[in-house]
Amino acid sequence: MSKTETLADTQPDKGGPAQPLLIVRNLQKYFPVRGGIFGGKKAVVQAVDGVSFEVKKGETLGIVGESGCGKSTTARLLIGLLDKDKGEIIYDGQDLGGTLSLRELRRGVQMVFQDSYASLNPRLTIEASIAFGARIQGLSDPVGRARKLMERVGLAPDRFAQRYPHEVSGGQRQRINIARALAMSPRLVVLDEAVSALDKSVEAQVLNLLADLRREFGLTYIFISHDLNVVRYISDRILVMYLGEVVEIAPVDDIWTSQAHPYTRSLFSAMPSMDPDNRTKEPPLAGDPPNPINPPSGCRFHTRCRFSEDVCKAKVPLLHPLTAGSDHLAACHLHDISSGHSKAGKDVFE
Amino acid sequence: MTENLVDIRNLNVRFSGARTVHAINDLTLTLKQGETMALLGESGSGKSVTLKTLLRLLPPKRSHIDGNIVVNGVDVLTLSGKKLQAYRGEEVSMVFQEPGLALDPVYTVGDQIAESVMRHKGVRKDEALSTALDMLRRVRIPSPERRLHNYPHELSGGMLQRVMIALALACRPRLLLADEPTTALDATVQIQILLLLRDLQKEFGMGVIFVTHDIGVAVEVSERIAVMYAGQIVEEGTTREIIKDPRHPYTRGLLAANLHDAARGARLNAIPGAPPPLDTRPDACSFAPRCPLAEPQCLAALPPVHSPNDRRRVACIHPNAPILAE
Ligand SMILES: Nc1ncnc2c1ncn2[C@@H]1O[C@H](COP(=O)(O)OP(=O)(O)O)[C@@H](O)[C@H]1O
Ligand SMILES: Nc1ncnc2c1ncn2[C@@H]1O[C@H](COP(=O)(O)OP(=O)(O)O)[C@@H](O)[C@H]1O
Ligand code: SF4
Ligand SMILES: [Mg+2]
Ligand SMILES: [Mg+2]
Repeated sequence: MSKTETLADTQPDKGGPAQPLLIVRNLQKYFPVRGGIFGGKKAVVQAVDGVSFEVKKGETLGIVGESGCGKSTTARLLIGLLDKDKGEIIYDGQDLGGTLSLRELRRGVQMVFQDSYASLNPRLTIEASIAFGARIQGLSDPVGRARKLMERVGLAPDRFAQRYPHEVSGGQRQRINIARALAMSPRLVVLDEAVSALDKSVEAQVLNLLADLRREFGLTYIFISHDLNVVRYISDRILVMYLGEVVEIAPVDDIWTSQAHPYTRSLFSAMPSMDPDNRTKEPPLAGDPPNPINPPSGCRFHTRCRFSEDVCKAKVPLLHPLTAGSDHLAACHLHDISSGHSKAGKDVFE
Repeated sequence: MTENLVDIRNLNVRFSGARTVHAINDLTLTLKQGETMALLGESGSGKSVTLKTLLRLLPPKRSHIDGNIVVNGVDVLTLSGKKLQAYRGEEVSMVFQEPGLALDPVYTVGDQIAESVMRHKGVRKDEALSTALDMLRRVRIPSPERRLHNYPHELSGGMLQRVMIALALACRPRLLLADEPTTALDATVQIQILLLLRDLQKEFGMGVIFVTHDIGVAVEVSERIAVMYAGQIVEEGTTREIIKDPRHPYTRGLLAANLHDAARGARLNAIPGAPPPLDTRPDACSFAPRCPLAEPQCLAALPPVHSPNDRRRVACIHPNAPILAE
């Protein structure tokens, strides 16, 4: 059994074990942009459009999807770095903007970004960087806390405390960022491409560290990455986004063996083969993802989907369980018997 | 020897300046006509410097190059002036990770391809433009007639990389150097570009050196893989040999770190530490400080190069160590 040692000053649990740590309902964020391809007219990027999901206490939810599909915007909304246009964010049973203040949310939810340089103040020593947030939040003994965490993430305080971010390697900077997030004693850590810029051998070290920390501190993770192998390795469930929407959510093993949404299927088939005797023969999709300004009608994937029919252009498919009560959800008319799609309910991938 | 399209012998590249960097250390590499080789390694291992040296793109004042490079019978390191210009573009061309940097934002893509064809092939503009159109077709850009008149900023990332490939191949080079051309692309676009390059290689028959840090990418495009570490090739073989029978501890570590067959949640057998600084020329095995099989002799001298067959080599004292069952 793993021992769960809580970080000092972690917020007490309010909702009990059955209460998801995070519930997101119909989250929406549109960005107004100038002109774009429509000349002078004001256009809108539908970056996150009606996103709903839950994260259980202690689980790791992986979020995948290609660039521009809204992963980072979702993450920023969750930690209050961006204001949502619509939707609910419920943290441990408490509604952000209602019973939960932004300040309380930020104590509970921390984020680690991909760009380890940009997220660290170049003029602060490593020790000061890690202690900074804890000090702002008024937590006790920020420096002692920082040094303990440095030790824990594998940066010997005697060697590293007084050094600056530019003096250490990318892997070490990412360890600093992890320590900095943990210094706030969060319960949920959102990792946005946190290992993506690292070399493979260093990435494996950081993944081991993240797994250890999760166990030791009883953390919950949202792990965003474009690397499916990494997401599979670390996650309990995977959420797939396409053009601002959730197209599929399922436990890792389920989605790994059978992807329900045609986009998920394509994304998985696009992974390079690791078998020289069995290389990829056909690209699963043609062209680039469409622009999230003015996305396609109905199912946003219909412009690239080989199963697309009239209903797909006309009607937005809703995210729903594949079978009653299943925890494998997809948003595709193929999986809705009443949708009117001619192949609805049939196994089309054979 | 003449059958080799590329013959690099004992290449050393050192940068001087604020810091000394021994970027390439005694690198020997051959590529046969029509062959595709992946140079696989992590950042800083010297992949891009190898390609830039091949194309003579390094800053002459700060880089010190010695060794021999022969490409298609041409002694590359002594080229200058017109001959160097002809070599770049006619014999060899390159595609980069960021097509945006190689394409000029103020000219249409058609004009840029045509200009290169006119310069290198000495043909008239109309002929060059029809070559450009033909190239856009071959890289499978939809509505190529229309795309000819587009500016780079009007194209998506995948389209730009196709244009870059069209530009690189328009003069039918014998050797294509590709420096992580799909790293910045999304997965569904990356696989399209990889398969396109594979098809074009067959169609045009050029040799390709494809630089990547991603083993899966190397598997998709190449028939041979050379694994780089600290400016050296630590292992070389056919793609099948490298994937199915890796010998160098570093290659094995890289394969494990790819995670494609890692048990979910199980502890990863990560390579500890980080690559060495390159401020001195290596006089021992550069991987020894991170290696699970290291012995005192690994730190005492450069490891012998073991070559079990013609073009297979492993620079390690344990070339036959059984693969550890973890
Ligand atoms: N501050 C912003 N202003 C305008 N558009 C934005 C802004 N942030 C993100 N976007 C756009 O929103 C979409 C989603 O972006 P993002 O959430 O960063 O995607 P991902 O992280 O999945 O790559 C993209 O089209 C992006 O260009
Ligand atoms: N122009 C340069 N001046 C000084 N050092 C350089 C220069 N170009 C590359 N280097 C150094 O050479 C080493 C190899 O770099 P590079 O070939 O770019 O690695 P990669 O395998 O990531 O492509 C690195 O340590 C890099 O910092
Ligand atoms: S709803 Fe239609 S277009 Fe969308 S994924 Fe399903 S079959 Fe394809
Ligand atoms: Mg992002
Ligand atoms: Mg490089």
